Amino acid sequence: MSSLSNVLIAVAFMASFGLILAAILVFANRRLAVFEDPRIDEVEAMLPHANCGACGTAGCRAFAEKLVAGDMQPSRCTVNSVEMNQVIANFLGVELGTQEKRVARLACAGGNNVARRHGEYQGVDSCRAAALVAGGGMDCAWGCLGLADCERVCDFDAISMDATGLPQVDDDRCTACGDCVEICPHDLFSLQPISHQLWVACKNLEKGDAAEAVCAVACNGCGRCAMDAPEVLISINNNLAVIDYSKNRLASRIAIERCPTGAIVWIEDGVQKGLQAKKIIRKSALPIE
Amino acid sequence: MNLGALFSAHTFAHGVHPADYKALTCHLPIRRLPFASTLIVPLSQHAGKASIPLVQPGQEVVRGQPIAQADGFMSVPQHAPATGRIKSIELMPSARGPKIPSFILHVYEASTQQELYEYRHDIKTMSGDAIIQAVQDAGMVGLGGAAFPTHVKMKPPAEHHVDVLVANGCECEPYLTCDHRVMLEQPRNLIQGIRLVQRALGVERAIIGIEDNKMDAVHTLQQHLQDAAAISVQAVQTKYPQGAEKMLIKSLLNREVPPGSFPSAVGVSVFNVGTLAQIGELLPHGRGVIERVVTVSGAGVNKPGNYLVPVGTPVEFLLEFAGITDKANEVILGGPMMGMSVSALDVPVTKAMSGMVVLEKPAADTKHAKVLPCIRCGYCINACPMHLNPSMLGMLANSGDYETMQQDYHLNDCFECGSCSYVCPSNIPLVQYFRIAKSINRERAQQGNG
Repeated sequence: MSSLSNVLIAVAFMASFGLILAAILVFANRRLAVFEDPRIDEVEAMLPHANCGACGTAGCRAFAEKLVAGDMQPSRCTVNSVEMNQVIANFLGVELGTQEKRVARLACAGGNNVARRHGEYQGVDSCRAAALVAGGGMDCAWGCLGLADCERVCDFDAISMDATGLPQVDDDRCTACGDCVEICPHDLFSLQPISHQLWVACKNLEKGDAAEAVCAVACNGCGRCAMDAPEVLISINNNLAVIDYSKNRLASRIAIERCPTGAIVWIEDGVQKGLQAKKIIRKSALPIE
Repeated sequence: MNLGALFSAHTFAHGVHPADYKALTCHLPIRRLPFASTLIVPLSQHAGKASIPLVQPGQEVVRGQPIAQADGFMSVPQHAPATGRIKSIELMPSARGPKIPSFILHVYEASTQQELYEYRHDIKTMSGDAIIQAVQDAGMVGLGGAAFPTHVKMKPPAEHHVDVLVANGCECEPYLTCDHRVMLEQPRNLIQGIRLVQRALGVERAIIGIEDNKMDAVHTLQQHLQDAAAISVQAVQTKYPQGAEKMLIKSLLNREVPPGSFPSAVGVSVFNVGTLAQIGELLPHGRGVIERVVTVSGAGVNKPGNYLVPVGTPVEFLLEFAGITDKANEVILGGPMMGMSVSALDVPVTKAMSGMVVLEKPAADTKHAKVLPCIRCGYCINACPMHLNPSMLGMLANSGDYETMQQDYHLNDCFECGSCSYVCPSNIPLVQYFRIAKSINRERAQQGNG
């Protein structure tokens, strides 16, 4: 008999204790609840989950929060298709917004068939490592080292190394996330709106023969493009042509026509070089001197 | 070995014992190198801001004349290493890769190359601040390889009280013997330099730390210091990297420098013996650093030796003089452990270049040794003098987790001595991984600030 009452007491105690705790939890849930817009979860589900940061936020969740709050427009996401972004815009009842497509562009055209090398680099296959050891043996201290750090870092398979050891960007796949911009030890990549068709594919700061001695397609600072361009669209700064993209509407193919090395290019269905540019017929790599 | 010797041994934990190859050059007296016809003097041979040119292209300069002035406190001036004419100021290749503005000095062949420039100091009455100023005016940088401006080290932060001056004569890198020869041949300059720096720092005590494979240098200095009680000479165990300042402080004084601090945090200032000898030699005359002793050694050199080389001499000229064998195929500036292999021979000898090692590696087509997976043997952990975990750091580097390396595994305490790569049986190039990680972290931090 007494053992049964002991059991009853225990059951009653545990049941009432549970009820008290439940009451506290109910109270806490009501009073301390943080309201979160349920649309954030739904918008997040419609985003690509790449967490690439191309939109400028820390990831897809943060971007969804900004979308729901109205701080950003769906078109900021460059990974999603336009249709999917339209779905998000319809769901939230906001404008899709216009976002010009941006792509990563390389400010170098010095493949191993045109850029000279004086040493053989034998370390870790990484541009970062090569740049820290005597510049990786390149004659040009500013140019592409060709060891494919950018290809490896790209999450979207948008970069591939071509036969001359230069990275080629697939404009359709590039989402302008900026990973290649960060990894390149010579800061050759930058994110450019697709309308920036006039492009200086060189960063060499040497002048004239000194520049051409290291690479056949270097900008030698001759200034012809600057002379031919209207209203200071192009200027020569530190022996390098610099394009003022605030005047991009003035840009035309005329600027590239007299470039003797083809360092300044016009991007339209591939890279187009001026008529004066030396024709690079060499296809194989230059020997190491 | 008895237990007493074990506990009193002047050394640090971990480290490695590479073959030292010092017998090639340690007995050879310092010889003066002739002047090359063209010298290349970079405006930035030191850590800190580049110097500002004082002379124009076309101008004639005499040997020892200042040709560039310091740009603020974290900078040093440059002096003309020879009498001649400044041809131009151009971008020239540097040993590290980037092209940097440099004077091209055309040397007058008929000149006697007498050092005419002089500004006499009365070193007996000079105050501490005057000595520090004179050291900056001499363009003095750490000649051991760091190239840190010497006068900056002579002004430790006010909250640090420095009570010991350590002269670093370890020279733990294989092949290098330039500091060894300086200690043997210029003991008076060295002691003079120590006295001057002692006065500038206001320090009573000074210790010269020398690895015990250079006992002749220990005895020579002891003879010269018989009547100087404040300066002592201490032999320390021969072990790499004994010459790293944090290791040497641990060996000599049993003090540990906290992570991220300078030695002055534990009351010590460390100077390379080559730097101190140059201070002792140059300061009384107010002259600048225009030449230094460079060890040229290695299997690929015909005439190895310790050469007194004018700053700005192209590496090619030095190699021509010393002669290289047909099989030579790698040139390293500095020692083989921490030095930098060069890709071009037109780079100049700079103030911080202590040696040049030319190796006959097996033919270049063998490519680098195959990198195998880490087998967790722990050799690197037993080798790391900073007690880091290179194995873990290497794996994190492979997965690109550079932030964890810095925050949880103390990447920034690594000073890239190379002991871990040296012992790794899997040929993992750990130090290169760490350099990549550090360079990326540095850039991220800069972007964060800017």
